[in-house]
Amino acid sequence: MLSPAEWSAVRLTAELAGLTTVLLLLVGTPMAWWLARTSSPAKPVWAALVAMPLVLPPTVIGFYLLLLMGPQGPVGQLTQSLGLGRLPFTFAGLVVASVIYSLPFVVQPLQQAFEAVPERTLEAAATLRASPWDRFFSVAVPLARPGFVTASVLGFAHTVGEFGVVLMIGGNIPDKTRVLSVAIYDHVEATEFAQAHRLAAGMVVFALVVLVTLYVSNRPRREERPA
Amino acid sequence: MRRPFIAALLALAASFAHAGEVQVAVAANFAGPLARIGEGFTAATGHMLKISAGATGKFYTQIISGAPFEVLIAADDETPKRLAAEGHAVAGTNFTYAIGKLVLWSARPGFVDHQGAVLASDKVKHVAIANPKVAPYGAAAMEVIKARGLSDAVTPKLVTAESIAQAHQFVASGNAELGFVALSQVAVPGKPTPGSYWAVPANLYGEIRQDAVLLKAGADNPAAKALLDYLKSEAAKKLIREFGYGL
Repeated sequence: MLSPAEWSAVRLTAELAGLTTVLLLLVGTPMAWWLARTSSPAKPVWAALVAMPLVLPPTVIGFYLLLLMGPQGPVGQLTQSLGLGRLPFTFAGLVVASVIYSLPFVVQPLQQAFEAVPERTLEAAATLRASPWDRFFSVAVPLARPGFVTASVLGFAHTVGEFGVVLMIGGNIPDKTRVLSVAIYDHVEATEFAQAHRLAAGMVVFALVVLVTLYVSNRPRREERPA
Repeated sequence: MRRPFIAALLALAASFAHAGEVQVAVAANFAGPLARIGEGFTAATGHMLKISAGATGKFYTQIISGAPFEVLIAADDETPKRLAAEGHAVAGTNFTYAIGKLVLWSARPGFVDHQGAVLASDKVKHVAIANPKVAPYGAAAMEVIKARGLSDAVTPKLVTAESIAQAHQFVASGNAELGFVALSQVAVPGKPTPGSYWAVPANLYGEIRQDAVLLKAGADNPAAKALLDYLKSEAAKKLIREFGYGL
């Protein structure tokens, strides 16, 4: 039903969203843990920085990424001096942009989940001589499991839904940066409505299925609640 | 209850239209020249321009979907003809206001040679073009690449911008070493030309006849007709030539 070019866009989008989600879980988990546990006066500032992509127009992020990652920008000069070339118009560039763009969608659910882990439970584990790492992985992470599910699903889905930033730094290259949202835009702008419909309807179904699955999996189950 | 409100809104919109304002959709390559022409137009007639710039093909989609543009200043002659044939533009009002010139441009001085041989260079990682599906200049760029026998070499390096304006921006920011843009974007009268460019010989691509047309939404707006008349004036033609267009 889909053309090879369209399947390529689907695969590329899944790869981008998958990789972004994994990276965000790795980066976001320590950030969320720190935000949930800290009493530092700098906490509101860091929380605000994490939330910025929720508020900023994608054009602002796209514009600054283009300059920062460009040949004159600091990030661009760093990547060039490391022999990595430049990031705009590359898949790696989209990953970097997506990590920034989807950051709050992963950090915030994790932070809420960690905040819900009772301090006393962690103290009890400490009295049983569990190391800080052990307390985190054996106590906090299992208790925060719904938060991880929400963070992963939202991080993935939000990256799939990304458009403005990709349009500004992606360059619409088949197999590299032409993700689904851009492919749909292309079809619509070229009045290829039949092709646009196929992809767009698929996205609607995808979004619905993902969100229903999320809400079903996160329905509170009493017996699992910590005392 | 609702009808009088809508009628009032329509009356309000109509009164604005008659206050001397034209909603113009302009191909991105001509946005700079139109801004200059608009100054003379406003001074001469008192009418104001509301300008939206973008790729011609995108405007086609928007116009057939009911966009409120009153005049289309396109980058080709096909789109105005098609709109007139399909009843979205006033038949017989389309005319050629400029012949577009394509250039291969780099933001770096001395980077582009006079034969455009740099297009085949290994130093070039990205070549920006406007989306050939919606931008006539993008389609012309593809013809040049093909005519030069570089389709296989250059296609993997192509960065497709949504309009010629974005292609220009990709090159201006240095993210693409080269890009096919309109001469009017780099040869702005009274300003030094940034970087270096190769004026692509006209025999390498089909002539870019750029037509303007009165759209259905502007059929009863005297200011819209006045703009099309002004585009045909000597004052406008002089500016259009200074921007490097043929006429």
